[in-house]
Amino acid sequence: MTELADQPVLRERPDRPAPRRPARRVPTPVLLIAPSLIFMTALFVWPTVVAVGQAFTGDDGPTAAYVRRMVDDPSFWPAVRYTALLIVVLIPIQFAFALTMALLLRERPRFAGVYFYLWVVPLAISDLAAGLVWLSIFTDRGYLNSVLDHLGVAGYSWLQFDHPVTMFLAVMVAELWRATSLVLVIVVAGLQGIPKDYDEAAAVFGATYWQRLRHVLLPQLRPSLQVAVILRTILALQTFAVAQALTGRNLPLLVGETYRWYNALLNPNVAAALALVVLGVSLLAAAGYLRLLREHPEARG
Amino acid sequence: MRRPWARAAAVQAACVAITLFMAVPMYLIALAALSSRESLNRFPLPLLPTDLSTETMSAFLRSTGVVPAFLNSLQVGLGTLVLSLLVGVPAGWALARYAFRGKEPYQLFLLLTRALPIVVLSVPLAKVFLTSGLYDTTYAVTLLHTALALPTTVLITAAVFVGVPRDQEEAAMIFGATPVQAFLRVVVPQALPGVAAAAMFAFVLSWNEVLGATILTLNQRTLPAQVLSTLSDSPLAYRFAGGLALVLPALLFIALMRRYMLNMWGATLR
Repeated sequence: MTELADQPVLRERPDRPAPRRPARRVPTPVLLIAPSLIFMTALFVWPTVVAVGQAFTGDDGPTAAYVRRMVDDPSFWPAVRYTALLIVVLIPIQFAFALTMALLLRERPRFAGVYFYLWVVPLAISDLAAGLVWLSIFTDRGYLNSVLDHLGVAGYSWLQFDHPVTMFLAVMVAELWRATSLVLVIVVAGLQGIPKDYDEAAAVFGATYWQRLRHVLLPQLRPSLQVAVILRTILALQTFAVAQALTGRNLPLLVGETYRWYNALLNPNVAAALALVVLGVSLLAAAGYLRLLREHPEARG
Repeated sequence: MRRPWARAAAVQAACVAITLFMAVPMYLIALAALSSRESLNRFPLPLLPTDLSTETMSAFLRSTGVVPAFLNSLQVGLGTLVLSLLVGVPAGWALARYAFRGKEPYQLFLLLTRALPIVVLSVPLAKVFLTSGLYDTTYAVTLLHTALALPTTVLITAAVFVGVPRDQEEAAMIFGATPVQAFLRVVVPQALPGVAAAAMFAFVLSWNEVLGATILTLNQRTLPAQVLSTLSDSPLAYRFAGGLALVLPALLFIALMRRYMLNMWGATLR
């Protein structure tokens, strides 16, 4: 396209008069992206600015009162702890699981199509629905305790407020069930982009399956895995409805606390402060993402 | 690979185990939602569909606010679909077919917006919408969902248009088609399935989004928002029925999308 070339050329030869053109018009691509740019600025940048205002200005000028109230709330630090714990524990398990699934599919078993379909269905299941699905299993008179009862084992109150360990485990299993499919799809797409030659060459030279996995496949898969880690981190930070459906607010998480401050305590200012905490951590993850794209431009796909 | 059959059997066994983990919960929620009130009160719960009934489901559908919420969800989902395509497809076309200054920053901007958590948008947007009179309308939720879907729509459609060979379009023009004709006759038919995938993605994102829809509405709830806001004071049977109502569209969606899944996520998420 002409839009491509004319600007740089003009700058390189300032001594020559610019070729006469009809009245200067906005280049087509700018016209095409303008609506989306305006839309996103209005709905992303502006709200973020408003949020900062909400969190840091009171009736008379700037204030840290809302931030203090947020930090002093007895649920705040538990929420931070549980959110961090969820990320730290869930994500490694999730990646091991997704990688196993992808490698199994790579063996081209019979019914691979059916398996893939069933494994990615949760991609379209909302976190609230996933929470309700697992509620039917973990609730006191639910399916898990029914099965235990059939086996002659006494049931357990998995979701009771003073059993934080099983409560946390329930949320984790539900998240593992719901969100692993996203990692799986990224990994499968990444595997498809890897030429088979290296792997076959390694096999010819007698490398075992584990050696090939460790030294051939995983290094080539690294860009996909890294991007998936960052995306999943950002999404795991926002875990909310699963915990809400399973435990009410017995297991506090950061976004759940934001919802409580907004909805139950009717304090949008503290809610905005909490939202900014989530934003801060997400941006850290995103910064990692951008750095990664600089190092591996091919990862953008 | 000394014993290929043993290896194949092990792979099958692992696949079946994972499939059970993925499918059994879906079976159980369907079972719970299709059981009668009376059999849900029994303990231990029956694990086989011995007495199916539509009682629980129909009680859910009859409870206050569910049908309007369902209609709101449809309206918001379709609105999100249309709006995100209207705004997103031209941008995708620009990314695919033009080299222009600001392309790189624009792409980075798109990627960055996906890192913005929904909470950060919803809380201040509620304030903005309250002052502008949009609060508690389906339009407010549509706007939020479009903002969430838009980066992905742009990236998917860009990938779709990149896949339509430029040469064919030019060939059409050499044979006398106008640019518009070439676009309609050559590009549109080839891009349509991918664009449809992007459209469905936008719809499902909107159908599933809970937090923003709950914060931005009071009476005009979408279905997930309705279920979430009545969660704490509703019986278990209602929650199970709500769970199934939210899961069913996902099965349909993935069945329709299966072919595009890898292209879509592979091309956009990475």
